[in-house]
Amino acid sequence: MGAAISIDYITHHYPGQEAPTLKDIQVNIAPGETVALIGQSGCGKSTLLHMLAGLLMPSDGCVRINGHQVIKPSPRWNMMFQKPSLYPWMTVRKNASLGLIFQGRKRDMRERIDQLLETVGLTDKAEVNVQSLSGGQQQRVALARSLATDPELLLLDEPFSALDAFTRVALQDEVTRLARERGISVVFVTHDIEEAVAMADRVLVMGSNPGTITAELSIEIDHPRDRNSQAFVDRKAELMGYFGATRSPAAAPEAAGSETASPETEDEGQATEPTTSESRARVRAA
Amino acid sequence: MNREATLSVDPTTVERLMPLLRFADRARRALQYPALGIAGLFALWYWGGWAIANNEDTMAFASFAPGPTLAAFWDLVVSGNVWKPIESSLYRVGWGLAYAIAIGVPLGVMIGYFLTLKQVTHVPFQFLRMISPLAWMPIAVLAFATWDAAIIFLIAIAAVWPITYATAHGVQRIDPMWLKVGNNLGANPYHTLRYIVMPAIAQDVFAGIRLAVGVAWIVLVPAEYLGVTSGLGYAINDARDTLEYDKLAAFVLVIGIIGYMLDAICVRLIKRSSYHAEG
Ligand SMILES: Nc1ncnc2c1ncn2[C@@H]1O[C@H](COP(=O)(O)OP(=O)(O)OP(=O)(O)O)[C@@H](O)[C@H]1O
Ligand SMILES: [Mg+2]
Repeated sequence: MGAAISIDYITHHYPGQEAPTLKDIQVNIAPGETVALIGQSGCGKSTLLHMLAGLLMPSDGCVRINGHQVIKPSPRWNMMFQKPSLYPWMTVRKNASLGLIFQGRKRDMRERIDQLLETVGLTDKAEVNVQSLSGGQQQRVALARSLATDPELLLLDEPFSALDAFTRVALQDEVTRLARERGISVVFVTHDIEEAVAMADRVLVMGSNPGTITAELSIEIDHPRDRNSQAFVDRKAELMGYFGATRSPAAAPEAAGSETASPETEDEGQATEPTTSESRARVRAA
Repeated sequence: MNREATLSVDPTTVERLMPLLRFADRARRALQYPALGIAGLFALWYWGGWAIANNEDTMAFASFAPGPTLAAFWDLVVSGNVWKPIESSLYRVGWGLAYAIAIGVPLGVMIGYFLTLKQVTHVPFQFLRMISPLAWMPIAVLAFATWDAAIIFLIAIAAVWPITYATAHGVQRIDPMWLKVGNNLGANPYHTLRYIVMPAIAQDVFAGIRLAVGVAWIVLVPAEYLGVTSGLGYAINDARDTLEYDKLAAFVLVIGIIGYMLDAICVRLIKRSSYHAEG
């Protein structure tokens, strides 16, 4: 079952930095919900994700998972990174088994890993060294590794951004399907608006200096999502509007004030219509 | 007609011979340059022996030449007299290296891991490293009850530096993401060491051990010149005292051969411990 997460008024100062990197972040995530974090480079998305993973402690506020404060990493909430960071001296199976080995759950490890590798389509690669895999296959191993310990929460930091378009789409759909099947809560960071719309139930738009949540958008489209459907295209355009708004100084105060989709920002989405073709490409707000 | 029949070879025989021929071809290609190098060394040696024999001042040392040396070497092997000194020397080098590894690897891991420790130890370690191990000889003799122990100490103190620094270097090159991912998967410190750090640095450690073996083997011979009555260094000194120069040269040959073999073993270990995919 997925985890309920509450992010309680997190403010964070990195040592030696005067301005806070994050300020008063307050988010609740329901069990099984998939949430996208989107925002300019450097606004603190990775920082927030590290806090959810227990890899970093906020200076103020706290993260609670199922009511318990997160103080250290746990196999129950697992983070995947942009690079698969597999261990090159191990086979696919060994890499995927690692979480179970660390937990001392070796009993039915073999069967579990067999099943997982089948799920991610790597059955025939189980015994090969991971160095011989393609980037997409490596990220699949990382996914299997993350899922092996039956996490309640999956945290993804731009996990597919280094992949080619086909592999990326395939993995987006795969992760979404697996997370929904298993009821895992997902929080992922992305620079790709289409990815956000394809995977998320809710998109949080972050602004920088200090990092805050400036807008929020629910995406109520049934799964599996058809990327060419009108609803999908509309959502994408709408999100582009938010995204543009966080960048344009004139529109910023308005966008910051609106917590949900208002007709005004909807209009803005339409206004930026010509740029939607760009949104198919990865949009990097740099 | 008849002749032709006997000459024609059964094609399956050829097929069966093919792998053998291919192997021979590969062996020839792999060995031709090393063989050239060895031949060059022998030529030089032969020429040196000839020059010594033809100079009135050095004539007495003529048995350094390849002929007498190889004869003495053969005698040593056949009589079995070669094994005892080799055994003693390998025993000392083995223990010296064992101590060097037992100290150097953990020390290297810590230096590589903790930047402060690296900074604290930099000056004293570089200082100690530059002192010839043989300079410790008098102190070693005082500090240790037996000559054997003193020599093992000298070897260890010579061999510990390359191992320490190669290990530290390996630890510093560990991808921080590997540690982060391990941490994220719930690794405890033992897991991190066993599944992540050790495999990641294995190749560097063996590269350090290879350097250490070289140093240890070089230090061994002069260390055995003193005190002890066994080992290759002693054998050389002994041969000098008894003016058996052919035997002396034969032991030099033995030292070279064993040293080469030790190095070859290390190269093997380095290759085997490398996680980089072949090709
Ligand atoms: N370890 C650190 N020490 C000090 N400052 C840091 C550290 N890590 C990140 N920062 C700063 O905090 C801010 C947010 O960084 P973070 O990596 O969370 O951004 P991000 O939103 O993930 O950016 P990107 O989209 O480029 O990945 C940046 O300004 C960065 O310079
Ligand atoms: Mg980031």
